[in-house]
Amino acid sequence: MSSAARDPERAAAIRASWAVGIAVSAYGISFGALAVTAGLTIWQTCVLSLVMFSGGSQFAVIGILASGGTAAGGAAIVSAALLGTRNSLYGLRVAPLIGGPWPRKALAAHWTIDETTAVSTAQPTLKSQRTGFWFTGAIIYIGWNLTTLAGALIGNLLGDVSRYGLDAAAAAAFLGLLWPRLKQLQPVVVAVGAAVVAAVLVPFVPAGIPVLAAALVAVVVGVTNWFGSPAADLAESAPDPMGSDSRGSGE
Amino acid sequence: MTIWQIIIVASIAVLGLKLLGYLVPQSLVSKPTPTRVTSLLTVALLSALIIVQTLGAGRGIAVDARVPALLVAAGLLALRAPFIVVIAGAAVTAALIRAFV
Repeated sequence: MSSAARDPERAAAIRASWAVGIAVSAYGISFGALAVTAGLTIWQTCVLSLVMFSGGSQFAVIGILASGGTAAGGAAIVSAALLGTRNSLYGLRVAPLIGGPWPRKALAAHWTIDETTAVSTAQPTLKSQRTGFWFTGAIIYIGWNLTTLAGALIGNLLGDVSRYGLDAAAAAAFLGLLWPRLKQLQPVVVAVGAAVVAAVLVPFVPAGIPVLAAALVAVVVGVTNWFGSPAADLAESAPDPMGSDSRGSGE
Repeated sequence: MTIWQIIIVASIAVLGLKLLGYLVPQSLVSKPTPTRVTSLLTVALLSALIIVQTLGAGRGIAVDARVPALLVAAGLLALRAPFIVVIAGAAVTAALIRAFV
């Protein structure tokens, strides 16, 4: 802390940014490949990563389009938006860290996702929090868009990617996003309830509707606070994309 | 709707929600209920998407190579494997089962 010249906290934030950024960018390949398999063009796939830039919402759009086609477009849009509401919450937490004029805040908002929020809020000082946010954001934005393009090109070449297990990779990606959120009873109850609702409805309703119906489980449990613990608050809703300490100091 | 329209509307919606977090006054949303519902929404949607992605087969349910692949992914997550290892483990599991079974 006394050595201002090297600033070890800032260096640690940059290391964490690279660790998280590389890992997350790599699975842009599976997003790109799955998107073209779902019927999107390479351009449409790239626009999702450039403009939407939120992995869960992007996978939701292509997953629902893959099973229901454009007829399920409404459900795809609503699912993506509902999954995107958590970014609003992250914005509330991160906004006080981001100073400066509006263009900078708008860019920060675009880059406010699970990973940037997790890395920045894990840092000890304001300066290292800012560093963590901007480095993680830049690394993932560039990396995710490049790997999306690469994945889309590969998907076009490979054709049916289910032979390579990429459909299972999408389910694993959702599980990876869900896993760190299951540390308390209430989210576990909601996850199980939502899974049951979705599984029961799949054979009977159009594609996309099971996912939206499952969202009602969250609304009911959230409003009534069934199975809630009084300590559950914003601080504990922060994601942890590495599934472990995201400071990246490692072994 | 065309695919382009779906992509553009969904992208603008998600981007707009991100901007909202920077525009809304802190005091307005720091209440526990909206915070809790938003966190749980993410959990419910992800869980439902896992089910649809793992068991869905058009308008029906199919148990196939995706199920063991998801179990492998869960095992790797429990072992705190890096994200990319989890994804690759699931893909390889499904691909091997389809190639040999």
